[in-house]
Amino acid sequence: MAEIVLPPSIRDVEPVRSVRTPAQLDYEFTAGDATTRFLNGIVNKRIIGQQAPGGRVYVPPRGADPELGQPTPIDVEVAQVGTVTSFCVVNLQFYGSVMEIPYVSALILLDGADLSIMHLIQEIPADQVRIGMRVEAVWRDDADIEPTFESVRYFRPTGEPDDVNVRIPGEGHGTGLGSWVGGVAPTEAVIRNPRTGQGGTTEGGDA
Amino acid sequence: MRDVAIISFAQTPMRRRVDELNEVEMLMPAVHGALAQVDMTIDDIGFTCSGSTDYLAGMAFSFVSTLDAVGPWPPIQESHVEMDGAWALYEAWVKLQLGEIDTALVYAYAKSSPGDLPMVLTRQLDPITMGPLWPDSVSIAALQARALLDTGRVTEGDLAEVAVRSRRDALANPNAQLAWDRGLDDHLAEDYLVAPLRRSDCPPITDGAAAIVWAAGDEARSKVDRPAWIRGIDHRIEPIHLGLRDLTVSESTRIAAEKAGVADGPVDVAEIHAPFTHQELILRQAMGLGGSTAINPSGGALCANPMMTAGLVRLGEVANRISAGTADRGVAHATSGPCLQQNLVCVLEGDN
Repeated sequence: MAEIVLPPSIRDVEPVRSVRTPAQLDYEFTAGDATTRFLNGIVNKRIIGQQAPGGRVYVPPRGADPELGQPTPIDVEVAQVGTVTSFCVVNLQFYGSVMEIPYVSALILLDGADLSIMHLIQEIPADQVRIGMRVEAVWRDDADIEPTFESVRYFRPTGEPDDVNVRIPGEGHGTGLGSWVGGVAPTEAVIRNPRTGQGGTTEGGDA
Repeated sequence: MRDVAIISFAQTPMRRRVDELNEVEMLMPAVHGALAQVDMTIDDIGFTCSGSTDYLAGMAFSFVSTLDAVGPWPPIQESHVEMDGAWALYEAWVKLQLGEIDTALVYAYAKSSPGDLPMVLTRQLDPITMGPLWPDSVSIAALQARALLDTGRVTEGDLAEVAVRSRRDALANPNAQLAWDRGLDDHLAEDYLVAPLRRSDCPPITDGAAAIVWAAGDEARSKVDRPAWIRGIDHRIEPIHLGLRDLTVSESTRIAAEKAGVADGPVDVAEIHAPFTHQELILRQAMGLGGSTAINPSGGALCANPMMTAGLVRLGEVANRISAGTADRGVAHATSGPCLQQNLVCVLEGDN
């Protein structure tokens, strides 16, 4: 490598070895159509999903059905009771968190929905939470309800028997490592096309 | 070179702020419109490629959720560029040339409204020496305009002519965000926004989306009467440091235009992605365009400048004119980065 010759004017200056250039940008988000309807439901302590033409109900809704690529214009209220499909016991305090550890973050499939929501499980020791456990929403006091999903403080066990047959939404979709169909990557050969009804040995759905 | 054509183009009405929709809701009409015009669905598409940027959305991997608009199930061949959709189109063109696929869908979108766009755009500058100064995008463009005026090759009146013509032509563009009929004197009577640029020399801030369908050979001929065939396409990039290049010319555009074969025949129409008035003058010179060529009949980026999308729109606007038979041979240009850092030039032609 060629030797770098500095101009005399900066020869005695301490070399810069690193710089810090902090950056902050502020954004003002709007929720969009589907999420606005969802949040308006929350204000009334109702959980509103949206139904796709193929029948699936998405909660919380984003306004588009990823299978069909079509809008989801039909509002459908789902239950405030559901089943834990997966969970994680959090034992590490991370920056910004106000939660006391350990706590449980879970995916919950609400009755009537085809997509799990993520929320907290409380009123039960962390080591007793399990897949299949039935849970219900616990809301903030009426005066504190706002258009945010945090108006649901957490979910707690209902005491019902576990749903041992619960299926993880997307299980047959090959959307996770363990869910490839028969160890084969999900392609048109193994997944039925929801638009054409063609192909596949599986619907790739959860029916 | 394999015969490949743009067979369909759709865009949303361009607006300052699309508050009532999220990105995927805003994008769907463009994607569905482009496919429906040629009676196709995602199942007829061999490859999908999109252009957008997380810096506008303010979140990581924002493009993943907008992919819902196409229905990517069963899994599709898909890619994304953190660039204008014109470069997504280029990626699809390469795949078409390789013969891997016969059809492609390209889309681009941006909601610039959630953030402070001139500040967001500072993040594309070099992060060590320029980014930390947070020079807003209008001021950077004004430096370029000043350098150009100082050469004596153009005057502020020349800039005004570009602005006046663009906004007047935009009156015929139903998707335009800014369109009006005002004279040169009105323009020159405006105060400077950032000297030597007046507000009317600058593009609007725009939310919007656009989509294009590609097809090769007989597939294209079977879908439309007059496909817009790509006769040449090339893109070039220049250094990120503004001080390392002559801002008053666009060498990357000149080379891309030469490689794309712009000068190999008459150019009926050119859609030039020039967000600022002075940039159109630089680009016209770099591509050797003038005389009988209709420049930016859509109104160009001065009538609507959806980030990551306005370049793709230029390709669509030229393709539409060729397919409609109002032009036989056209040039589309897209730019990206500060002061015309990166440029793409494409020559399109219809059958006679």
